[in-house]
Amino acid sequence: MNFDPRFSGRKFASVGTRPIRPDGIDKVTGRARYGADFNMAGQLVGRVLRSPHAHARIVKIDTSKAEKLAGVKAVITAADLPDLTDGDAAMYDVLDNCMARTKALYDGHAVAAVAAIDARTARQALKLIEIEYELLPHVTDVDEAAKHTAPLINDAIFTEGLEEKPVKPSNVTKRSQFGHGDVHQGFGQADFIVERSFKTEQTHQGYIEPHACVANFSSDGTADLWVCTQGHFVYRQHCAQLLGMEASKLRVTSSEIGGGFGGKTHVWAEPVALALSRKAGRPVKLVMTRDEVFRASGPTSATSIDVKIGARKDGTITAAEATLRYSCGPYAGSWAEIGAMTAFACYKLDNVKTVGYEVLVNRPKTAAYRAPSAPMAAFAVESAVDELAKKIGMDPVDFRIRNAAQEGTRSSYGPVYGPIGIGPTLEAVKSHPHMKAPLGKNQGRGMACGFWFNFGGQTCTDLNIGMDGSVSLAVGTVDVGGSRASLSLVAAEELGIDYAQVKAIVADTSSLGYNDMTDGSRGTFSSSMATISAARNAILILRERAAQMWDIAVDDVVWEKGHAIAKGEKHGNLGKLSLKEIAVESGKTGGPIAGHSELVADGAGVSFATHICDIEVDPETGATRVIRYTVVQDAGKAVHPTYVEGQYQGGAAQGIGWALNEEYIYGKDGRLQNAGFLDYRIPVCSDLPMIDTQILEIPNPNHPYGVRGVGETSIVPPLAAIANAVSNAAGVRMTHIPMSPPRILAAIEAEREWSK
Amino acid sequence: MVEVTLWGSLAATAGGNSKVEIEAKDIRELFRKLAEQYPGLEPWIDKGIAVAIDGTIYRDTWSKKLPEGAEIFLLPRLAGG
Repeated sequence: MNFDPRFSGRKFASVGTRPIRPDGIDKVTGRARYGADFNMAGQLVGRVLRSPHAHARIVKIDTSKAEKLAGVKAVITAADLPDLTDGDAAMYDVLDNCMARTKALYDGHAVAAVAAIDARTARQALKLIEIEYELLPHVTDVDEAAKHTAPLINDAIFTEGLEEKPVKPSNVTKRSQFGHGDVHQGFGQADFIVERSFKTEQTHQGYIEPHACVANFSSDGTADLWVCTQGHFVYRQHCAQLLGMEASKLRVTSSEIGGGFGGKTHVWAEPVALALSRKAGRPVKLVMTRDEVFRASGPTSATSIDVKIGARKDGTITAAEATLRYSCGPYAGSWAEIGAMTAFACYKLDNVKTVGYEVLVNRPKTAAYRAPSAPMAAFAVESAVDELAKKIGMDPVDFRIRNAAQEGTRSSYGPVYGPIGIGPTLEAVKSHPHMKAPLGKNQGRGMACGFWFNFGGQTCTDLNIGMDGSVSLAVGTVDVGGSRASLSLVAAEELGIDYAQVKAIVADTSSLGYNDMTDGSRGTFSSSMATISAARNAILILRERAAQMWDIAVDDVVWEKGHAIAKGEKHGNLGKLSLKEIAVESGKTGGPIAGHSELVADGAGVSFATHICDIEVDPETGATRVIRYTVVQDAGKAVHPTYVEGQYQGGAAQGIGWALNEEYIYGKDGRLQNAGFLDYRIPVCSDLPMIDTQILEIPNPNHPYGVRGVGETSIVPPLAAIANAVSNAAGVRMTHIPMSPPRILAAIEAEREWSK
Repeated sequence: MVEVTLWGSLAATAGGNSKVEIEAKDIRELFRKLAEQYPGLEPWIDKGIAVAIDGTIYRDTWSKKLPEGAEIFLLPRLAGG
């Protein structure tokens, strides 16, 4: 790769403007094709049979009656998806999650699937599948599961990361630790210490579009998959590995996506659809119901976190410590590890220690959810920080500013920071009118900070210039939040042409080299870098073609504002050649003009945000109302500010739901009680105020335009900001998310009792 | 020669060393020599380790040079949403 990604500090013509997104009209008129909108002639309906038990050994599966039902074309079990993972433990877990092998590990775990001529026949066939289960004791609570007396979910797992290798298996799969200094000594220097325990319940990403795909396996061993995903190249790799195919024989096309937020980063039903299609010899469409989405896909961890922070009278934090327990579902994960890394990342600390424990429970396999694991850690830490500021008698913003990390600070997870934006977000919050607005009766204000790493990754992009001067940009990162508009702006910026001349599409896996998925806030960061590189490569060719047309040396041709210009006195009589003029002649100057780029976009800049929230609490019922909400976040450079603001608002909205209402509720039988949007309440527009945003731009030194990711950080502070607001409004510290009305009322009543 | 800092859990697999010195010019050579000198690290490298060089995190650019005197920090390779 001959590409310099360093920030150049250039002035922009297109980047930073707010044109309409190219996919907008199709989306608002219903023409856009989502996962379930794709159909094929002769397609079958796929349906999955799921375990009704939280934990059970599968003794016997008899599919014979289902297979004999007229209209049923294929029935599969784990036997049709044999283990081809060759010792890859993470992929084995994905496989087992797609179709249970020896045990059903949670309510909703897939155990068999059918493909039939219509949905009615498929449902009838599921009822004819006979399964003999041996029920096993289950555990769904993270703290209960971590106890040595808890039912074991996988007796082959021994805790990793302990000094001494354990001799007994455990539901705690891993211990991880981060930090520096000596916290014991640091607490000894503290004048004030806050020590508290917090819990957060499990939530779902709540994407409106369920998982959906159409799989078509051909008799020649090739296959096509149309699917709603955050990463079609990753899905290709996963599906090919699980089905024993060469990846090149599987073409995956991503649909429009109605939300993913991390929940569409690995396969769930897609290998099942492919296996059904392979067995039936016909296309199979498989769309999860909402009940299935809740029971068998998605959710984030439930957590239990202990925090201890000490500070001197002058407001300097002397030590900070946290122990974090995160549920992983029934498969090993690294969710607590991320929580342990992010927990204190906003602060400059001489003594800090975090320890994470990954805990197996009989719940669905935990998936990433927008800055995975960071919101829960921030909730615990920022609640304690707020309480400590109060104890010292300092304004909570000033207390955070005093302790904020800055360039040169050793982060709590290890490395020293480069230029970062936590200080500027806090200063912006301090001077924001929201902080000075009066509060009414029973209203409280809270604020909190949040951090996320942001990632880059493998990226491949093609830029083709048509003979009419139009530019087609083919990218491999799925557009989850307006990236086609942003990347078109970037191409227009580099080429010096109008945004309307550029059309960006998401290409399928056979049309481009490998791309990592759209996760880790990488979509615009990575693909903009590749687009810049591809455009610059195209400009090299445009200059060569102009040189041919003028019959001069290419070194005498420069590219400025969308035109080739002959430089030097001897070319003074030559006019400019526009991109279109060069493109029209391309057939006679060497053929099509294109620029290609393949790169690893490493060096994504870390991101910080600070949020402010006003809440009104009804002391009689515990009901809450969000009165006002403000997001301040560093974007590095906002390529398309409207869609950056959309990411800020979306993260805040999801965080509000998480903080106030959303939770998985399990019965004593280990079954999910609220697998639907009626009983699992995400916020709707009428629940939310206008979410105000303020974009800060502290350039990322590792991107030509200074871009940082923006998609995830906005969900990190809300839990804590809202908890601080509710605590201030209710007059009692809230330590359990979600702060639903019964939980708030119980806290208020307990406080009243205690005060008597 | 560069000094490499290992995060807490990783240090346990390198004989308890939280800092190790390695003669390596880039990330690829760093991983190869770490695996040679500390075999316990190899499974972790296979699973994926990110390298922070002066605070910037690299996950896939194994050709990235390790400047003399730079702060080299090994980190878990994380998932995003």
